[in-house]
Amino acid sequence: MRRTITVLLAIGLLAACSSRKKELPRLGPMTVNGSDTAFYRIPAFEFLDQDSQVVSNESLAGKIYVADFFFTSCPTICPKMTKEMDRAYLHFKGNERVHFLSHTIDTRHDSIPVLRKYAEKMDVTDARQWHFVWGPRGEIYDMAKAYFQVAYPDSMAPGGFVHSGQFALVDGEGYIRAFYNGTDPEEIDEMIRDIDRLLSE
Amino acid sequence: MKKSKPRLLYLFPFLALMLIVGVLMVIREGNRSPGKYLYETRCQNCHQEDGSGLKALIPPLAGSDWLMENQDTLACIIRHGLSGPMTVNGVYYDEVMPANEKLRPGQIMNIINYINRSWGNEHEKIRLKEVKKRLEKCAH
Repeated sequence: MRRTITVLLAIGLLAACSSRKKELPRLGPMTVNGSDTAFYRIPAFEFLDQDSQVVSNESLAGKIYVADFFFTSCPTICPKMTKEMDRAYLHFKGNERVHFLSHTIDTRHDSIPVLRKYAEKMDVTDARQWHFVWGPRGEIYDMAKAYFQVAYPDSMAPGGFVHSGQFALVDGEGYIRAFYNGTDPEEIDEMIRDIDRLLSE
Repeated sequence: MKKSKPRLLYLFPFLALMLIVGVLMVIREGNRSPGKYLYETRCQNCHQEDGSGLKALIPPLAGSDWLMENQDTLACIIRHGLSGPMTVNGVYYDEVMPANEKLRPGQIMNIINYINRSWGNEHEKIRLKEVKKRLEKCAH
């Protein structure tokens, strides 16, 4: 009897260990409402992409997406982020369940035509999967906060803006499942694996 | 006094080892190309680690025909940046490269020499005297 219990325990432990890596957590502060706990979700948004199409939480419902904040004339980390985002984009190109959302924080200079030109120069010829989005200044900064990112204008910073180089991975229900350093190729390799995991969830 | 002497003798091999390690580290640090370090901190975010640039946004430095034909202008471009259209290896570029006005002539020389001798590039090494001469032409 004892032996059976030990064996069962061992199997249980093994199962617990192997399944732990499968599910990505839902990140952000939880809200407790009576006996219910709700995970943090990305609030509603509505922006325009390089093709002047509306990209919103509704248009992305049921889709997995990666969000970041950048600007086209950024002299520091953006080109590196764009290069890594491009690698992930090319990996999932053709899979319409995976989208990429690059918000410009330089809302004055990066108009929709400027974003369109930038996308074309990156060989992103249509906005079906990788959206370079524009929105009113305040809304973009609020959105950066909603993804727990730093983004604000600062005349002392190179290029005039301070921003973080993180990528946020959001699932089809609007839960943030992971953050990655957008300038680190190894972390982006991991992001690609995590997106595959989310796709099979 | 007599008693403490053997103790110090025990310490000696450790101190000697530490000294050797220290000297080796300094030598290694000195061997690291200063141009490589400057490139990594000032240029690499845009032009990338392998000098390949970024699609039609940022021109390559590796195997670049423009770089080969415009050696005389490199010092001024690194210091003051560059804007306006250019064609590199048949690709059209029209973005802005930021200035690096705080770089000293010696640092600019190190960057040029790193770029000129990396990723298969085999351009001539530039000397400090030349860099200074070229910078005078674009001094504000």
